[in-house]
Amino acid sequence: MASAEETARAADRKDIRERWLLSAPALAIIFVAAIGPLFVMLAYSFMMKGDYGDVKPWTFSLDGWTSVLFQRDIFDDTLGLADAHLTILWRSIRLSFYTTLLTLIFGFPTAYFISTRAPTTREIWVFLVTIPFWTNLLIRTFAMQQVIRNEGLVNTALIWLGVIERPLQIMNTDVAILLGMVYVYLPLMVLPLYASMEKLDFRLVEAGYDLYASRWQVLRRIIFPLVKPGVIAGSILVFIPSLGAYVIPRVLGGGKNMMLGNLIELQFGSGRNWPLGAAISITLMVLVMIALLFYVRNVSKSETGHG
Amino acid sequence: MRLKTLAATAAMAVAGFAGSASAAGELNIFNWGDYTSAEMIKKFEAAYDVKVTITDYDSNDTALAKVRAGGHGFDIVVPSANYVQIWVKEGLLLEARPDQMENFKNVDERWVNVPWDPGRHYTVPWQWGLTGIGVNTKVYSGDINTSAIWLDPPPELAGKINVAPEMNDVLFATIKYFGGEWCTEDLELLKKVRDKLVEAKPKWLAMDYSVTEKLPAGDYSAVYYWNGAIMRSREKNPDIKFGYPKEGFPYFMDSVAILKDAKNVENAKLFMNFIMDPQNAAMISAFAKYSNGIKGSMQYMPAEMQSAPELVVPPEFEKAGEFLTTCEPPVQELYTKLWTELQK
Repeated sequence: MASAEETARAADRKDIRERWLLSAPALAIIFVAAIGPLFVMLAYSFMMKGDYGDVKPWTFSLDGWTSVLFQRDIFDDTLGLADAHLTILWRSIRLSFYTTLLTLIFGFPTAYFISTRAPTTREIWVFLVTIPFWTNLLIRTFAMQQVIRNEGLVNTALIWLGVIERPLQIMNTDVAILLGMVYVYLPLMVLPLYASMEKLDFRLVEAGYDLYASRWQVLRRIIFPLVKPGVIAGSILVFIPSLGAYVIPRVLGGGKNMMLGNLIELQFGSGRNWPLGAAISITLMVLVMIALLFYVRNVSKSETGHG
Repeated sequence: MRLKTLAATAAMAVAGFAGSASAAGELNIFNWGDYTSAEMIKKFEAAYDVKVTITDYDSNDTALAKVRAGGHGFDIVVPSANYVQIWVKEGLLLEARPDQMENFKNVDERWVNVPWDPGRHYTVPWQWGLTGIGVNTKVYSGDINTSAIWLDPPPELAGKINVAPEMNDVLFATIKYFGGEWCTEDLELLKKVRDKLVEAKPKWLAMDYSVTEKLPAGDYSAVYYWNGAIMRSREKNPDIKFGYPKEGFPYFMDSVAILKDAKNVENAKLFMNFIMDPQNAAMISAFAKYSNGIKGSMQYMPAEMQSAPELVVPPEFEKAGEFLTTCEPPVQELYTKLWTELQK
């Protein structure tokens, strides 16, 4: 008996070894292409900045990290909060939050609509949702610019209808960035929402109505708790890329209303402060990680809740 | 980042690909966006059987950062005067000795012994110009020969202004606005500069590079930007007028240089020699609407360029212009900090 157990264990070990061996190439790629550069960034963030960009290799400095949040005043040399960075950080978080909220408001009914269609037509609706992905993000953002600019579709139409006299200044504002992000990231909200709504047992909804629940109660007490994992997954999928958005604020924000992605680019470009750029990048990653942790905690909670 | 540039580059790449599948050589040019005459490139390709690829950048620092990172594959770069010495010091440029090339005799004497490249051992003039004011006179009809247009904007223009996102150009004009000298370390004056910029920035709509499209279309009503781009805007929309900031404005020159790690050095040298020919230089100017540094090229340019208000500096403003030089590193650092405070 003991020998049989041992053979089984040996087989297990062999199995594990093989699995490691098979996944070795993938692991190597992840290490070289993802974790490696991360360490380079981490190292750079602790070095002194070079005169014309780059870093002075192997000269330790905390300047990169302190200047994420603090700055020395040019004129009286006192240490104060880095106003500019905090403004940009706050704008990024605020706009990402609004984007998530708006995509949820628009995405929820859309997903509900799709999942209540006949199974054969659902595929067509899902297919329609994915169509924007066929076009490059940059092109879609420029298209958005054509829609909202002063001489664009919206303004021309509103003036023609006599609703407004002079064009609304939407381009180059935070509103433009928000519109762009909602438009671009909406499918990322709809798809996971649909995935969990599709599994929803609509007999429960009927049962709710039979027991005299109002529409609002059915939504709040039955549908929403059941599709919560989808809501959270969608929110994370929208929030994270919004936080790091680069192209959308660049094209629609007019280079004046920056978000974190643009601030990082600035540091590696004309800011010539690579350590600061690296430190902000890592800060952004930490923010994303916090968002993910929040997701994992909530999903595991809701799963055990309905387990 | 401009759609039009993108499309133009793509079209150029496709044309190049289709037209010269059998081209003997290649040349990869890394240049400012919306700046290279496709016609001139076509002529070069035909003359030397070389396939040219053009990649855009939108600021000196972007170009510098990309090239320093390595693996770029470019042969030619076109840095501004105040950056050439940085490129040389960093060991990124090839000493191509254009001064010994056949067509060098055409270079205007004014542009031979320049401080950033004495005797022209590294670079060849591409185009030069100045940063000035462009205003849509339908929106505002007052005096436009002043930096007040974007530093103390009249109410008609507030919220409709685009300022070039260039640290040196912006600080230069603002320092001059307060009567200071470029590269000054006078903290009291610089404080005024900072406060003025912080106060003015909310009245700007954008700090962007898409002027040739958005100024004529009416998205911007005023810009502080390069004269060639403003001239191109005026050609599309005659309401656009050009102003010379009387308090002071910077001149620039961009020069063609060969990178040290270029793979097609011979073709790059051919290109250098090619653009010093007056006819070819005229093609460059005819497209981007900036002056070039080549003698005798004016006669090949379109007639309207020879008297363009953007290109011919009126005598009363001649003294207000000054060449942008590179300040000492500590001053530069001070300016960078000032600039960073504006990046909210």
